[in-house]
Amino acid sequence: MRSGPTWFNVTSLVLGFTFLYLPIVILVIFSFNESRLVTVWGGFSTKWYVELFKNKQLLDAAWVTLKVAFLSASIATVLGTMAALVLVRSGRFVGRSLFSGMIFAPLVMPEVILGLSLLLLFVAMDQARGFWTVMIAHTTFAMCYVAVVVQSRLVGFDKSIEEAAEDLGCPPVRSFFLITLPIIFPGVLAGWMLAFTLSLDDLVIASFTTGPGATTLPMKIYSQVRLGVTPEINAICTILVVLVTFGVIAASLASKRQELQRAHDERAAFGAN
Amino acid sequence: MSQKKSQAPKRSLGSKALIAVPFLWLVIFFLAPFFIVFKISLSEVAVAIPPYLPTFDLAEGWTGFVEALSGFSFENYIWLIEDDLYWKSYLSSAQIALISTLITLVVGYPIAYGMARSPKEWRPTLLMLVILPFWTSFLIRVYAWIGILKNEGLLNQLLLALGVINEPLVIMNTDLAVYIGIVYSYLPFLVLPLYASLEKLDISLLEAAEDLGCPPWKAFWKITLPLSIPGVVAGCFLVFIPAVGEFVIPDLLGGSNTLMIGKTLWVEFFSNRDWPVSSAVAVILLLILVVPIVLFQNHQQKLAEMQS
Repeated sequence: MRSGPTWFNVTSLVLGFTFLYLPIVILVIFSFNESRLVTVWGGFSTKWYVELFKNKQLLDAAWVTLKVAFLSASIATVLGTMAALVLVRSGRFVGRSLFSGMIFAPLVMPEVILGLSLLLLFVAMDQARGFWTVMIAHTTFAMCYVAVVVQSRLVGFDKSIEEAAEDLGCPPVRSFFLITLPIIFPGVLAGWMLAFTLSLDDLVIASFTTGPGATTLPMKIYSQVRLGVTPEINAICTILVVLVTFGVIAASLASKRQELQRAHDERAAFGAN
Repeated sequence: MSQKKSQAPKRSLGSKALIAVPFLWLVIFFLAPFFIVFKISLSEVAVAIPPYLPTFDLAEGWTGFVEALSGFSFENYIWLIEDDLYWKSYLSSAQIALISTLITLVVGYPIAYGMARSPKEWRPTLLMLVILPFWTSFLIRVYAWIGILKNEGLLNQLLLALGVINEPLVIMNTDLAVYIGIVYSYLPFLVLPLYASLEKLDISLLEAAEDLGCPPWKAFWKITLPLSIPGVVAGCFLVFIPAVGEFVIPDLLGGSNTLMIGKTLWVEFFSNRDWPVSSAVAVILLLILVVPIVLFQNHQQKLAEMQS
């Protein structure tokens, strides 16, 4: 068998990644366009970015979005990690298949259904809609993503370390925080980041569950996109893309470093015995 | 470790709480809302806040329940059958989702294959490159295509400049633009599970086939493809199910005659403010999607069992 990539494989990778990245690259390039026409190049300019920071409504929407994303991601991470522990550790219990069904269904459920059903719930509960309802809605679907990410981390986890601690009299809650959590931490962090960006992105569910005074950034972008393509939108999108890209790369580098460190520690610990 | 044998362990309070908290959250905010959607789909539209009748009050007890029950009507469902807008929307959503899934498979397979056959040290980076667009806003990625596809957009400018075409192609606001949007947005969902199953494939099988004189295309057809079917199935479900209810892509890239049920529901809810009919649309959509969702979950469970 030939070793090394074949001509066919390299071509398909190059074409595939060009397809995935070219539209985003074009979007970023045209955010620096002098001309108002988004598709005709009129020279380099950063004026659309300057304009953005003068747009009070947009900044308000960005602030609301960040608050919702931070809160919902944090709560979703706690709930999702608990759910992952239940899925991996709790064995059989009444309602287990219902439980795992409720974790996996939101991952593929169309957003219009999730949004509509949550809205009707809030109306039935006579709950004023706004910041908190969007936050709860985002927490609900994000916790399922967190659960899946953390679950995959827990499956490959050596339970004997935790059992050893418990045999030595360490209470379960303590052994969770001292042993399990540090080991699954890269998964928990990835889950939090995923929940954060999902909330940052969401248009459909937020549109259904929001109320007066809680317009999120995607809702703002969407209403402007409907009016046409403008360089300002390209500029906001560029900022979001850059933030998310740096966040993801930084997190993956950090978790890799931590993993190497941990593997090193474990080897050292077992070697010493 | 002999205690471990008993299958129903006595649970401590802590481990009960561990199950109860996420369980209750999902029951309240995921499961219960579906019953409310179903209930409202049986009511009538009204000029009120909230805009539907009758409201059903648990405090009124059994008589209230019976009264409410007699007030329920299946009128919205009859309406959905009689007005051909709805069943045409369902059919065309399923069709658009199916065609896009197949295109995504054709586009995604070579990418996943190329990744799985690339040198080991490249793979984490390639995997990262596939995942990264998934983290980038869906809305932004769909928006990016508007500037490319529209009549005076970049694609037409390029093709005109190259002399390939004499007049701009009309792609924006057609079904073709919706296909492109779905394939582009959901590609990572297909590539990831497919890559996972292709990467596990035992290379020595292919080497054996080659040693025995099997040409590469035949080895692919007889060995690689059948062994990658679990990944293909998982990936296709992950694209197909959400694509059926897609709203953003048909709304931004599709035209006025692109019928998709997610968009129909949105219009019914936000423009016509007919909550009962949009609830009925959601109930039927859910019933249609329950089949692929359950199939998908069984498939995933089988995979998980095979691995352990």
